[in-house]
Amino acid sequence: MQEIWNGFLRAIDLIITLNPQVVEITTRSLFISLSSAFLAALICVPLGGLIELRRFRGKDALVNLIQTLYSLPTVTVGLIVFLLISRTGPLGSFGLLFTPSGMIIGQAILVSPIMIGLTITALAAVSVQIKDTAKSLGATEMQIIAVVIKEARQAVVAAVLLGFGRALSEVGVAMMIGGNIRGYTRVLTTSIALETSMGNLELSMALGMILISISLIINMLLNRIQGR
Amino acid sequence: MARMILLTTLSILVLAVSCSFAGAADGARLKLATTTSLQDTGLLDLIKEKFDEKYNVSLDVVSGGTGIAIQYGERGDVDVLLVHDRERELKFIKDGQGLERRCIAYNYFYIVGPKDDPAGIKGLNASRALAAIMEKGQKSSETVKFVSRGDNSGTHSREKLLWKKAGLNYSLVNSSGPWYIDAGQGMGATLNLANEKQAYTLSDMSTFMAYRGNLTLVPLIEGGNDLLNVYVAMAVNPAKHPGVNCALASQFINFLVSDEGQDLIAGYGIDKFHRSLFSPARGNCTLIGCSAAECASPTAASCAAA
Repeated sequence: MQEIWNGFLRAIDLIITLNPQVVEITTRSLFISLSSAFLAALICVPLGGLIELRRFRGKDALVNLIQTLYSLPTVTVGLIVFLLISRTGPLGSFGLLFTPSGMIIGQAILVSPIMIGLTITALAAVSVQIKDTAKSLGATEMQIIAVVIKEARQAVVAAVLLGFGRALSEVGVAMMIGGNIRGYTRVLTTSIALETSMGNLELSMALGMILISISLIINMLLNRIQGR
Repeated sequence: MARMILLTTLSILVLAVSCSFAGAADGARLKLATTTSLQDTGLLDLIKEKFDEKYNVSLDVVSGGTGIAIQYGERGDVDVLLVHDRERELKFIKDGQGLERRCIAYNYFYIVGPKDDPAGIKGLNASRALAAIMEKGQKSSETVKFVSRGDNSGTHSREKLLWKKAGLNYSLVNSSGPWYIDAGQGMGATLNLANEKQAYTLSDMSTFMAYRGNLTLVPLIEGGNDLLNVYVAMAVNPAKHPGVNCALASQFINFLVSDEGQDLIAGYGIDKFHRSLFSPARGNCTLIGCSAAECASPTAASCAAA
């Protein structure tokens, strides 16, 4: 118990004094996860719109599959992306392994199912009349998707934020693709894993508290959006 | 509201981007895969600092066991390796995967265990000690346990070698009862686990010293040729993996075997642990089983020739 309390005090101290190491790791974490969420959103939101609007065989099965992938194990994504971008892999020539760019790609893949799935759910809630009206006014498919997304923007933003939260808190992709290189690919979650294994429990606690605080802020934003 | 959130998110993004790139080094990057002991003891942080400064590069250290480090090398994902498993190193060179095998430092493995030494291994040689732990452990796994790294690391390889020397089949040892605990973790985590369970384990000296403050375990067997632990640097062969930076890798190896690098290694840990954690290879090449060429500076030409 004493350890947890000490960790808590140390954590507050590290945060209040803006410990350079803690600030640096937190900034990098935010940068990488925001970038991956942004990248994923650029692809997943329109894709979700397309899936929702079109009628095709196997649509239910596809949506089912996407929802199953919400709980995609992070280490599995890590492993697959590792094999893809390792020098001997098909995308090896880009030299993405052990770089922040590689991590961003990996996390974007990881959060894609959540973003696509929640976008579909969000857009399904938009009334059919709006879609029909847009169509009767001669809108193209892309324009209809844009209108519907705009209509459901709060739920779509929530989907993106949720994806961001998952990217921020995952450790599998960050460790396997980033390699936990100090000052380059070390983020909050991989630091916690490392510092814990090295017995620096107080620093781990501090980083963990920051992670929880960020999650809390995201959650408050989510509630705010959905409560409107 | 939604627009505001979007704007806030975007501005945080921009801020984060500018912050994270403002501090980045603009020189080349050298990717190093290393065994955990050199990283966890802090030695590599010091080497990185000096090397980065001298050559205006950024040494990116990926830390794992020797097994995974060599695999990164075989895939061409890193430029240079620091490992400690003679057999796998020689195979790596023989397969044409690596160049310039250089011995840079050494120390010894310890067999550590509870102070009261329930298996009575003190005074035995390393392989006999393991055999004794197994014998007592099978009789009473409550009091005598052994924690294995179980992660294909250099230390794990050495453990297997010791079982072999004791005339025992490793796969039988591994499955012979609850006394044998397969941790599957790095050295630090394994030491912590062994400490929790008051078990024996094999540890490199440097990691044990670095973690000693949190442990009640004591070294019971130290020294002897069976426990010699030699750290080696190798460059990944650019002929096999065109993407690797062989020139910079050679420069790094050169730095390690140079007087400056060897002095860094020799002096490391004295202020913190009152003794050095690694002995430099310089001057002790024959003692640690390396040829004179394996302690000399690499020739710059070998990258071009490859």
